[in-house]
Amino acid sequence: MATVELRNVRKQFGTHEVIHGIDLLIQDREFIAFVGPSGCGKSTLLRMIAGLEQVTEGEILIDGSPAQDVPPAKRGLAMVFQSYALYPHMTVAENMSFSLRLSGTPKAEREQKVRTVARILEMEPLLERRPSQLSGGQLQRVAIGRAMVRQPKAFLLDEPLSNLDAALQGQMRLELARLHRELNTTMIYVTHDQLEAMTMADRIVVLNQGNVEQLGSPLELYQHPATFFVAGFIGAPKMNFLDAEVKTVDAQHLTLMLTTGTSITVPAPLQKLNANEKIKLGIRAEHLALEPEGELRGEIEALEHLGPRAYLHTRLADGTRLVAQTDGDTQARPGDHVAFRARSEATHLFNSSGKALTRSDPQAEPC
Amino acid sequence: MTGEVASKPTRHLHRPLLAPSVGALFLWMAVPLAMTLWFSAEHYNLLSPGKTAFAGWENYRDLLTHRALWIAMGNTLFLVGLVLAITLIFGTLFSLLLNQDFPGRNVCRLLIIAPFFVMPTVSALIWKNMLMNPVFGLFAWITRSLGFGTIEFFSRMPMLSIVLIVGWEWTPFAVLILLPALHSLNPEQIEAARLDGGGPIALFRYIQLPHLLRPMAVVAMIEMIFFLSLFAEIYVATGGGPGLASTNLAYLIFRDALLGFDVGRASAGGVIAIILANIVCFFLMRVVGRNLEDLR
Amino acid sequence: MRRIGQVRWELAIVVWAVALGMFFPILWMLLCSFKTEIAAVATPPALFFHPTLENYHAVLERADYLAFARNSVLVSLGSTLLALALAIPAAYSMAFFPTRRTRDILLWMLSTRMLPAVGVLVPIYLLWRDLGLLDTVFGLILIDSISVLPIVVWMLFSFFREVPAVILEASRMDGATQIEEMVHVLLPLCTPGIAATALLSIILCWNEAFWSLNLTTVKAATLTTFTASFSSPEGLFWAKLSAASTLSIAPILIFGWMSQRQMVRGLSFGAVK
Repeated sequence: MATVELRNVRKQFGTHEVIHGIDLLIQDREFIAFVGPSGCGKSTLLRMIAGLEQVTEGEILIDGSPAQDVPPAKRGLAMVFQSYALYPHMTVAENMSFSLRLSGTPKAEREQKVRTVARILEMEPLLERRPSQLSGGQLQRVAIGRAMVRQPKAFLLDEPLSNLDAALQGQMRLELARLHRELNTTMIYVTHDQLEAMTMADRIVVLNQGNVEQLGSPLELYQHPATFFVAGFIGAPKMNFLDAEVKTVDAQHLTLMLTTGTSITVPAPLQKLNANEKIKLGIRAEHLALEPEGELRGEIEALEHLGPRAYLHTRLADGTRLVAQTDGDTQARPGDHVAFRARSEATHLFNSSGKALTRSDPQAEPC
Repeated sequence: MTGEVASKPTRHLHRPLLAPSVGALFLWMAVPLAMTLWFSAEHYNLLSPGKTAFAGWENYRDLLTHRALWIAMGNTLFLVGLVLAITLIFGTLFSLLLNQDFPGRNVCRLLIIAPFFVMPTVSALIWKNMLMNPVFGLFAWITRSLGFGTIEFFSRMPMLSIVLIVGWEWTPFAVLILLPALHSLNPEQIEAARLDGGGPIALFRYIQLPHLLRPMAVVAMIEMIFFLSLFAEIYVATGGGPGLASTNLAYLIFRDALLGFDVGRASAGGVIAIILANIVCFFLMRVVGRNLEDLR
Repeated sequence: MRRIGQVRWELAIVVWAVALGMFFPILWMLLCSFKTEIAAVATPPALFFHPTLENYHAVLERADYLAFARNSVLVSLGSTLLALALAIPAAYSMAFFPTRRTRDILLWMLSTRMLPAVGVLVPIYLLWRDLGLLDTVFGLILIDSISVLPIVVWMLFSFFREVPAVILEASRMDGATQIEEMVHVLLPLCTPGIAATALLSIILCWNEAFWSLNLTTVKAATLTTFTASFSSPEGLFWAKLSAASTLSIAPILIFGWMSQRQMVRGLSFGAVK
């Protein structure tokens, strides 16, 4: 139960800076996810919070007191590693009680704590087994159990589900969410899978190349991405992007000339725009509707049938590719020539430096 | 992420951990090396310790102008080169044989690697007295029974006899390293090659041999370390003879130092041996160092 | 991939022939050790004979043989322990806190091993003489442990690197100090590797001849010196010599057979997985 604050945290490996001045305040008891592509620094950030990496510059405060020079064990945090990192030569019970053994807790108390945690995680029959005899999901539980026994101020989870198969991943996501509610403890969760972050976290930090792109709730990130990167990273299928040039703009409307040769009119942003300025237009698959008079014309290259819906992968006149969502019982076929209309209120605009252009009335945008 | 730096706060602690080993090895190198260099420039004989005098280059000149050193160097290189070749060729051959499945394969493996664990002095004894001895030896009996007379191993071909002994001792070592390497070859690669129509020779040439190059480098490096200063077998089997025929550099220096008590000359010989070893090892390190590049 | 039964048998015969050929000298010595002296030098050499244990009795009753054996044991074990004591911390430091210089340091350590012992024979001999270490077990232990140190470090290093760093990090998170990390996690996990390294070290020290021959004479001489002294025996001693030699190599042969797989793993440094 604790807040974790990062103030201007920087990390250098040699002369190479990988984390550039991050400020972050993690609330007590929240489930926050660090998400981003490989190499964005999310694991490094987590390890700095844990104390496994030194902070080059900046401060890390746990519950208000500076912790960047405190050794890992004394920070009151517990970590669940991606590869579980269980001690192969110890039984499950010994794995879980190792930290208590090191701190001199009497045997009876150790056993009681281990049993309590084992009960919560439903793994009592596994206590005398060794890691080599356990399945992936069971190893997961032991790793989590080992962290829980320490009754930490916050849990740090480094891509804990990435080594599990898809079915188990789905199940464990629910388990972790349930655990979070039950334990009511801060959880800092690192993942490269935006779906995991979206389904489990209270807030998400999107990282890219050592910088925070955006911090917000899953819905905020989905509906109002602050940068081109966040827009393309969050949400599956990926948001469609069209290159465009500003044709005309007034207080209400913005008309863009697309590279396909057609123009499209959308609500104008608050920011001032010049004529012929290059803009990227973003639109999600679910906001494209099949319409014979639509401004986006192309040929279907492939279809994905997902049951309740289908995705049409379309190639536009100038080679730009689009993914549009439609009903599951669509009669469309590859090779069909189709046209889409974009829901203009649901479009996103990004300037040439990747920043999102905001509109005046967020409530006007649908979900 | 194996072996990478984990947490840094305790970094200062690890240097004292390394220090004793590095220190010991450094002392072992620096002090005796310095002394050897010093002595090599002195006329110093243990039999007349009071009469030490500065010699400058004389010991070196002495050594380099006499046949003995060059014969010894030649023998050393001959020995190293030939035994290396023998162990690698036969080691590979035996490994290929042992890589197959057949009854009693594990026992055969144990029998083949046994010679490596035998004391070099005992090896030399067995070969010299029981097998190669012209009067009582087994080989002599065999060749005589077949009507070929006796091969006088140590008088006629002393160097080759030593090569035979050392080859016998160290081929198992090559097998020890190469066989597991062969074994670790991904069976799918072999199946793919078979499907592509490859026979056993093509299989060896294009798949197995390239895979073996790295462990071969390891074998070569370790063997070099031991062969350059080979001593026990020569001491026991031939005593360097007849004459200088089977004297290598190590034996020559030993002879000068502990049989002739000529410290100055032996030290000069030692310096030359070190230089030779450095040259050989420089080339070898280049090859092996490249293999160690993937020290993640 | 079933092979035709016949091909398998041809192969088996060839390999068995090779194996027996390689093992033959040892086997022959073993046989001779059970012969009487007369039978040992008989020509034609007897394959069938009455085995006797008299040679082994004679050897084991020799007080000096036992002394040599004792020295071999002391030197092998002592050098191995000393080498391990120096090497374990060094390998730990290099495996888990590698710097840019680590690879160079490792190669340098190996290169010291390439220094021909004979190059420093003279100074070591003189130094040992002046320090009173000549013909002492301790003096031999010192030099053997230095000789074997680079290889021990190398093998331990490669075994330590196989332990995933995350496990040590986990123990750090659990509150372990560096010593506790080593004792509770690293060493138990690496026990087979350390054992194999120790066995290789014992084998190398037991078989070591150069320093043993040059730095010892009577009191601290090992079995290598003892066997070397018989380089020109009279024929009548052969059976006993065979018995003595067999006794000298038997323990190491068995050690070697037991530990060969593990030794190779450590020596091959990842070249052989």
